[in-house]
Amino acid sequence: MSEASETSDVNHASDVNDASEELEIDLPEEIDVDNPVWPYLRKDRIPHIWCPGCGIGTTVNCFARALTDSEIDLDRVAIVSGIGCTGRVAGYLNLDSFHTTHGRAIPFATGLKLANPRLKVVVYSGDGDLFAIGGNHFVHAARRNMDLLVICVNNFTYGMTGGQMGPTTPVGAVQSTMPYGNFETPFNLPFLADACGAVYVARWTVYNVRQLGRAMKEGLEKRGFVFIEALAPCPTLYSRRNKLGDGVDQLKYYKANSVVKNGADTKEVGLSFQGEISVGKFVDRERPTWLEAMDAHYAQVFAGEYVPHGGLHGED
Amino acid sequence: MQADPKGVLTGAHFLDGDQAACEGALAAGCRFVAGYPITPSTEVVERFAARIPLVGGVFIQMEDEIASSIAIQGAVWAGQKAMTVTSGPGLSLMMEHVGFAAMTETLCVFVDVQRAGPSTGLPTLPGQGDMMQVKWGSHGDYEPIALVPSSPQECFDLMIRAFNLAETFRAPVFFMMDEVVGHMTERVVIPGASAIEVAERRLTRKKPGEYRPFEANGDLVPDMVRSGEGYRIHVTGLTHDERGYRAMTAAAHGRLVERLSNKVRANRDRLVDVREDGVDGADVVVVSYGITSRVAARAVAEARERGVRAGHLRLVIAWPFPARRVREIAARAKAFVVPELNLGQMALEVERAAGGRAVVVPVPHAGGTVHEPAAILEKILEAKG
Ligand SMILES: Cc1ncc(C[n+]2csc(CCOP(=O)(O)OP(=O)(O)O)c2C)c(N)n1
Ligand code: SF4
Ligand SMILES: [Mg+2]
Repeated sequence: MSEASETSDVNHASDVNDASEELEIDLPEEIDVDNPVWPYLRKDRIPHIWCPGCGIGTTVNCFARALTDSEIDLDRVAIVSGIGCTGRVAGYLNLDSFHTTHGRAIPFATGLKLANPRLKVVVYSGDGDLFAIGGNHFVHAARRNMDLLVICVNNFTYGMTGGQMGPTTPVGAVQSTMPYGNFETPFNLPFLADACGAVYVARWTVYNVRQLGRAMKEGLEKRGFVFIEALAPCPTLYSRRNKLGDGVDQLKYYKANSVVKNGADTKEVGLSFQGEISVGKFVDRERPTWLEAMDAHYAQVFAGEYVPHGGLHGED
Repeated sequence: MQADPKGVLTGAHFLDGDQAACEGALAAGCRFVAGYPITPSTEVVERFAARIPLVGGVFIQMEDEIASSIAIQGAVWAGQKAMTVTSGPGLSLMMEHVGFAAMTETLCVFVDVQRAGPSTGLPTLPGQGDMMQVKWGSHGDYEPIALVPSSPQECFDLMIRAFNLAETFRAPVFFMMDEVVGHMTERVVIPGASAIEVAERRLTRKKPGEYRPFEANGDLVPDMVRSGEGYRIHVTGLTHDERGYRAMTAAAHGRLVERLSNKVRANRDRLVDVREDGVDGADVVVVSYGITSRVAARAVAEARERGVRAGHLRLVIAWPFPARRVREIAARAKAFVVPELNLGQMALEVERAAGGRAVVVPVPHAGGTVHEPAAILEKILEAKG
């Protein structure tokens, strides 16, 4: 049990929670909830493990709205998560869902997508999962323009394990493994994604629910490697520990400091501790996906002899 | 089901073990390979990359072995037969995903062309030092299946069996070659597609809503579905119940992990495959596998010429280990001699199964080349007493 979880005053979703008994609550047959996400949930898995004020749930709301708005056939959507508080998203959504290993959602999703190109494969995971342990997979999937929608919930911390420093923790923020404040330079995620070749790159905060939902919808409709960074509060292990208040205070910070800069040079959109937040759609371009490139190349090399694979279900 | 003729290169060929293993995979219906180059296994994926555009499927060279070993599992959940190919250092990196395959019952084949280790060791030279790693390398309890070919022909034949076993048991299946078997060229006969029996995916007949993805049948193995067909499955490496939902209790964990192991344990007798030569009535029985069995055969022949009643037991499947057979032999033979290109790994299993009833004499060799037959002969002569 980490010190953080011992001292935190709310039940948060650290590994400690994993070991506890599943909380049994009786949900009424018919629930009158006016919530866009409700139809998309595995209702028998509610309540979720997320802390009060956690921003992950808000991103899921946005994602649900994007699914509705895109009118995509839900049977053809698969969601793949790594490990972390965000990694739990896969378990709550009533889609084909895969909760893989820490950092490896992208390569799992790569295999899934290539073996059945008709699937829309969404990777939904945390900043530590996607950019520390999984960073190399992100870099290469973007380079290949693998046809994946990658949604990163960036809460500046390792939530699940109790608030350690991660690759997006701003300089100066206190984390359990940076007890005197972080001195490592964090990633500028949109810049990284852009440099690696992503065809669509956006950042929004969970204050910008409409824009975040719209970006997710565009991401579902776009072919190629799409990256969406969603800034979300982790009150339990990030904001409170840094004396920044709880989830609502973080939303106020997002509101006051977000500046919409569509099309901005991604080099300029790095984040700092409680500094300005550039949000917007930074990149939207076209490039053949890995599969398209393979098909086009082999069709040329082998002419009529090429056997396009198209997965088990034929290309659409 | 008969093999898809598109993947079957019927005829007699001169192939090395790596190439033959690739042909075996294609014949078995493998249409997805993710790999990362590493000597002495690379020829397997090079051949697959060259062949697949004309067969229909995907080869992708991933950024590392960690990625390769999970990409194949994604492909399996989309309905494909898939494998990854590596050697010691890569196998070490894959271990977390061996456990994921075991826990999520994602059937896939891990090919390991063994070289001498630990670490980078002798990249181009043979070893057999990964035998215990595949058994115990991932954390927690699981029962892998491991096949050990000793010739290019067997690389072809056994690879088909490896894929069939993966489909049958939904457990990680290892294909344990070694550098010599991988690189030696011999005649390989590939039969017609109609003569090759391949196992089909056991897909559920239940409808979405009725289907519980981790509910086992009588043989302890659950039926599968393919992603994208409306079943809305959830797959997790966390301990889970029959629905696939996380279940964080010791009871649920015991139920799951015991079933996963019992899939293989309960079928041990069906799985075990040994080739025997003069074992009944022998005083000394050599137990060997892979390339070492070919050297050992010579030592056994020479021992016989010297009047020793020597037998030879070759493991075709190393895991599950043929413990019952070794126990039977131990009741009559004086000794086992176990040559391996490691400092004594499967010898420990022989010792365990023999249970003190017969002496077990390892013939350790750190790898880098094969044994001298004389080294094995010497131990046979010593062991005979
Ligand atoms: C191989 C491995 N190493 C470490 C862990 C422990 N672990 C679980 S989640 C996590 C970090 C999660 O951080 P992030 O991806 O940012 O997700 P969050 O919980 O913040 O949503 C770590 C280190 C693990 N499960 N597996
Ligand atoms: S990210 Fe933070 S606030 Fe959200 S569930 Fe995890 S620990 Fe709680
Ligand atoms: Mg995080």
